[in-house]
Amino acid sequence: MLDILYTTLNKVPLITAFVTVGIIMWAAYALGKMTNNRIHGSAIAILIGLILAYIGGTITGEKKGISDITLFSGFALMGGGMLRDFAIVSTAFGVKLEELKKAGLAGAVALVVSVVIATVLGAATAYAFGYTSAVDMATIGGGTVTFIVGPVTGAALGASSEVIALSVAAGVVKSIAVMILTPFLAKVAGLDNPAAAAVYGGLMGTTSGVSAGLAATDPKLVPYGALTATFYTGFGCLVVPSVGYMALLALFGN
Amino acid sequence: MLIYGVALMGGCMLVGTFIGRTIGWLVGLNSDVGGVGIAMLLLVVVSRYLMDREKFSKLAQDGIKFWAAMYIPIVVAMAASQNVVAAFNAGALAFIAGLGSVAAGFLLIRPIAALSPKSAEPSLAE
Repeated sequence: MLDILYTTLNKVPLITAFVTVGIIMWAAYALGKMTNNRIHGSAIAILIGLILAYIGGTITGEKKGISDITLFSGFALMGGGMLRDFAIVSTAFGVKLEELKKAGLAGAVALVVSVVIATVLGAATAYAFGYTSAVDMATIGGGTVTFIVGPVTGAALGASSEVIALSVAAGVVKSIAVMILTPFLAKVAGLDNPAAAAVYGGLMGTTSGVSAGLAATDPKLVPYGALTATFYTGFGCLVVPSVGYMALLALFGN
Repeated sequence: MLIYGVALMGGCMLVGTFIGRTIGWLVGLNSDVGGVGIAMLLLVVVSRYLMDREKFSKLAQDGIKFWAAMYIPIVVAMAASQNVVAAFNAGALAFIAGLGSVAAGFLLIRPIAALSPKSAEPSLAE
């Protein structure tokens, strides 16, 4: 009997994921209610997701959280890039063009300022830990931009796999920190209107972090933040291995 | 029909991704530069155009709203598929660099948001 149940769940991984996530959402919103909605249900749901990812990663020793456990492999499809981006696009439905126009300039400024700051911070941290070559600093700086920019930069510049792994880790720490911290810091940081959300998206840049962080804060703000964030990784991939690397090379030599 | 909305949104995503990849190719990257953002802008403009002409049925809109409502569950599934263990075990360098840039980001929201016209503020009361 148990075998048949297991086979049933394994035959339809995506459906199993729908059901599991449905149960997680229900539990999370019930918990949220118990806190008088001071902690939003979606924030709890995302946190449960991260805990499951930790458990999955510990059990399997692989890289994709709970989805590396065969029974939950549907999570990788449900939470993968394709459906995520599709759902992000759908949130744009109902967005006001006027709001976007107002947020445009500030969002673009945030994008540029933040890519520079993240690269500098990452490179400086790398330097402090003894990674003093321009290639290593640019790669770890790229990882601090997002966990995609790091490996793209490292591959372009020929960094070692150890440094690339570090750059990915820096990006993943950033992305998860954004997911967890956003609902708590939103008020203090003034993140309560579309313009601020667009700036926030440009500053944080990690699409996964921004989309989860805003979902847990105020779902109405998601499209504004996601819109600027989707330009961040592309922009980072463009400037960090080129301008960023050349600047570091000029300053520190190879 | 419901599928019209889903297809419209899918069309926006295909065009956006195509443009994003073309931009990437033009600047010498094998990646998508802002494709999803372009798709979102397209959807905003196209859906507004159709709604102004009453060419956008309630059902077709529901096809898009379904996916918008699936957004948070999808994000939960995404969170559950992250390499959280690696982030935990990566050591001080990754933590300092990652958390430092997040802290800097939060500090900058207010000053940079101040650049956008003030009239953006009242609309949040809606």
